[in-house]
Amino acid sequence: MSLFIELVLLSLSTILVNNFVLVKFLGICPFLGVSKKVSTALGMSLAVTFVMTVASACTYLVQAFLLEPFGIEYMQTVAFILVIAVLVQFVEMVIQKFSPALYNALGIYLPLITTNCAVLGVALLNVQEGYDFIHSVVFGFSGGLSFMLGIVLFAGVRERLETADIPKALQGFPIALITAGLIAMAFLGFSGMKF
Amino acid sequence: MQIKEFTKGLIKENPTFVQLLGMCPTLAVTTSVSNGIGMGLSATAVLVASNVVISLCRKFIPNKIRIASYIVIIAAFVSAIEMLLKAYLPEISKSLGLFIPLIVVNCIILARAEAFASKNTVGNSALDGLGIGLGFTAALTIISAIREVLGNGTFLGIALFGEKFAPATILILPPGAFIVLGLLIGAINLIRAKNEKGGADK
Repeated sequence: MSLFIELVLLSLSTILVNNFVLVKFLGICPFLGVSKKVSTALGMSLAVTFVMTVASACTYLVQAFLLEPFGIEYMQTVAFILVIAVLVQFVEMVIQKFSPALYNALGIYLPLITTNCAVLGVALLNVQEGYDFIHSVVFGFSGGLSFMLGIVLFAGVRERLETADIPKALQGFPIALITAGLIAMAFLGFSGMKF
Repeated sequence: MQIKEFTKGLIKENPTFVQLLGMCPTLAVTTSVSNGIGMGLSATAVLVASNVVISLCRKFIPNKIRIASYIVIIAAFVSAIEMLLKAYLPEISKSLGLFIPLIVVNCIILARAEAFASKNTVGNSALDGLGIGLGFTAALTIISAIREVLGNGTFLGIALFGEKFAPATILILPPGAFIVLGLLIGAINLIRAKNEKGGADK
């Protein structure tokens, strides 16, 4: 039972207190790039959540059964990025085969996930924090959810921004950054919470 | 070799302010000037080295697996830089932490590999990497200087103001990163719009 509570707390603190996008600055490129509409933001973040969860599991196994026994931890970055690239390719093929509708919806985002730093970030953080298998998977999954929360909230605000009257110099990218700053400020409110 | 390949990266094609690439490290590590410079120079080193190697191999790499090959080449250099920093600059390595291995997925480096090094000679690719890298370093230095001076009242760790100065701590917290960068890009847009207008009048 205590393990269950611990995992719930880990997940809550990842989603709210240490939000991947707004506090840790992981995955900023898709956060700014594909957040113009709520529906695309949701599709992208579902794909990211899935890849992050599976990548956490796979990189944990690579670290525990390949890198550590052979004492080649210095190959970590190279090994992890390859695992993630293969995984993303694999996920793309599976989705294409079994669910063409989902593939059409997510298609263009899938290859982008390889260079999403949230995915490599979560793999490296798992090792840094010394999480075991279950913790790694839960951390990866809640990292994905925190990405989803951030990007969907942001896309919601950005849809409204389309019709707002913004000074010319701030239109587009600058106002998006300032908006993200204000959302991040709201998330600072959670930082007082200790789990 | 053409010197314009070097100079274009500094201002005209500045990766941060004009191309808007590599936002994760830009926002995350600019809490202090030393972090900003450390990150910028590490990325520059990786960029020059990977541009040179990719340009050397551009004739052998099959088109279909080129992105994967680029990532492996970049990852190798990032690992080398990571170990060098850990050995010689442990302070910087500690404060940049996760963002050193994350240089692998920095879009600036992959973008230069794909858009420039895979099509140009070794010399030009090296110059291009150096120019873009230093442009990135300059941008990080400017952002981190604003954040450190106003948010902490220090520059490179040296206190600038008297004890009565109350720093705006929000600027070194995460929201400050977004807001400072947003306003800076806004200011640059304003200057560029004015310049273009001035040019049209003449």
